Amino acid sequence: MDILGHLADGMLLSIQPLNLLLITIGVTVGLFIGAMPGLGSVNGVAILLPVTFLVPPGSAIIFLAAIYYGAMYGGAISSVTLGIPGASTAVATTFDGRPLALQGRAGLALVCAAIASFIGGTVANILFTLFAPLLASVALSFGPPEIFALMLLAFATFVGLGGDDIPKTILSICMGLVFAAVGFDQVSGAPRLILFNINGFLHGINFLVLAIGVYGIGEMLWTIYSTRGEITSTKAEISAAQIGRDAKECMQRGWKGTTIGSLLGFFVGVLPAAGATPGSLMSYGVTKMLSKNPKEFGKGHPAGVCAPEAANNSASTGAMLPMLTLGIPGSPTTAVLLGGMVIWGLTPGPRLFVEQSDFVWGLIGSFYVSNLAAVIINLAFIPLFIWMLRMPFTVLAPLIFVLSVIGGYAAMRDMHDLWLMVAFGAGAFFLRRFDYPLAPAVLAIVLGPIAEPTLRQSLLLSSGDPTIFVTRPVAGPITVIAIVLILLPALKFFRKGKPAPAE
Amino acid sequence: MRLGEIITAGVLALLSIYMMFKSTELNIGYVRGEGPGGGFWPFWLSALMLISTGWIAFNWYRRTSPPSQSDEPVLDEYGWKMLFLVGGSILVFVGLIPVISMYGAIAVFLIYYLKFLGRHSWPLTLVLAIGLPIGFFFFFEGVMRITMPKGLSFTEPFFNVLYDIIY
Repeated sequence: MDILGHLADGMLLSIQPLNLLLITIGVTVGLFIGAMPGLGSVNGVAILLPVTFLVPPGSAIIFLAAIYYGAMYGGAISSVTLGIPGASTAVATTFDGRPLALQGRAGLALVCAAIASFIGGTVANILFTLFAPLLASVALSFGPPEIFALMLLAFATFVGLGGDDIPKTILSICMGLVFAAVGFDQVSGAPRLILFNINGFLHGINFLVLAIGVYGIGEMLWTIYSTRGEITSTKAEISAAQIGRDAKECMQRGWKGTTIGSLLGFFVGVLPAAGATPGSLMSYGVTKMLSKNPKEFGKGHPAGVCAPEAANNSASTGAMLPMLTLGIPGSPTTAVLLGGMVIWGLTPGPRLFVEQSDFVWGLIGSFYVSNLAAVIINLAFIPLFIWMLRMPFTVLAPLIFVLSVIGGYAAMRDMHDLWLMVAFGAGAFFLRRFDYPLAPAVLAIVLGPIAEPTLRQSLLLSSGDPTIFVTRPVAGPITVIAIVLILLPALKFFRKGKPAPAE
Repeated sequence: MRLGEIITAGVLALLSIYMMFKSTELNIGYVRGEGPGGGFWPFWLSALMLISTGWIAFNWYRRTSPPSQSDEPVLDEYGWKMLFLVGGSILVFVGLIPVISMYGAIAVFLIYYLKFLGRHSWPLTLVLAIGLPIGFFFFFEGVMRITMPKGLSFTEPFFNVLYDIIY
């Protein structure tokens, strides 16, 4: 009952006029920053950090948490309406959100994103409130072999159940992972894979450069080519009644994805160094794996929007847990928040819950209020986003190209990245023509920087013995599931005695 | 398409070999006390890419993948024209950024696309081609404090006027 008392106090604190105003402003600003390709919650939180010195620390962290929430909701908007992931956390939302928008069902995708985000956020808040210290200790028991096994599972879901050409899927994953290795070797610090000795590769290949190249340029060229440029506008319509019908369909077809996303996203978010992006990608993969119709994924299935959106909101709350209880940030944004807390004179760690109980419970209370504010503000803005989609395609297409270029530059501020993005766009267009799946490459470039160090640390722990991934109690079962999934196409081949007929 | 499929696989195989070669600049084996070397991860992944291209070539030989069964051209006349007019304009857009600034390049690109490809009216074209770069300027330079390329020195007077409004 103690917890409920604290929570009630925290909620009362967060609905004080100043805090409520800051939540509303924070969520709205976050929504637009999240929707802008190239800018994510980390930019919003970092840029607005100095503003928070004007208000008390409790209100300041509430404001930043509201931006964080808003940005998580906002990432889905550009994924659905423009087909460009607004942030890495919204990459998986593009897989089904964009096809839904192209079918004239952008309203359904946006409503699914809003509702799933709300449920994901709420589930995460409840888990956070009830189990914060316990979960923090479980997360700490996850070592490099366990995290690498989780990464392996994420890739395996694409190979085993992708429904695409197997060698092309494997090639796409490997290419993304190799691109992620460009730059510097994280262990020795030596330059690595500086392709054609071009200096621009020294800072690596940012995932956004590949994602915007593939989705913003390659996919757009493909749409213009495959429709012969005859798209004048999409059929997207929206009204209050339509939002109601979409919400009903979302609950019926997306409940499983939302549930998986909420729970899995939270746990992956809690893991140090993981965060919302792997959480959303893995939830998408697992939902697809457990679905009765995995082939519908990637073609516009509401669960394909619900799972990553529930997960990225859930994970963003989960990532706050190690930050508050242990002082370990679970994502770049929480690292900035942690910096802010230190500036305000607060010491994150186990003592924070005891010494600054008002602050902590005010923050937790604000999670609930921010989440509610975010879903209301997001639903209110849906007609505006739909209106954007009803623009003639010859207006929308150049705007997407402009947003791609400006977003691609804003990420790393290097002209080299823009040329690389255009090259990726052209490459993606031709690879798409030859049925190469490109989503696995985007997934791989995001997960590569987590997968490689955990593999190397694991092999160092075991003195080079790869059985470490199957002999540890938690890593073992995850690795076995991943291997079975990778071998699934081969098992199908032997059962049928011949390959599946080409579509 | 059939010829294109094997050429694409060949290009990807060459890319894999090149990346395997580049990976060998660092140790690709196990270093006692340090774990796998810096080249280990990209080398073996590039090797897996190479094996995949071999598998794709084998499927091409057996004619099991849809592109290997197709006799249609990779791109028809419309496709090449579209690639030249749209893809080419993106190349020019990026090429103009260091010359006439990010904002100037956006304006030129929008005028080209909206007026010449989209055949929209001049008022709509000019509203978007002038309004959008100015809006982006205030958002990125004023609010987000992100500096975009300003091009060669002749653009300075324009930006001085806009900076006077911000500061």
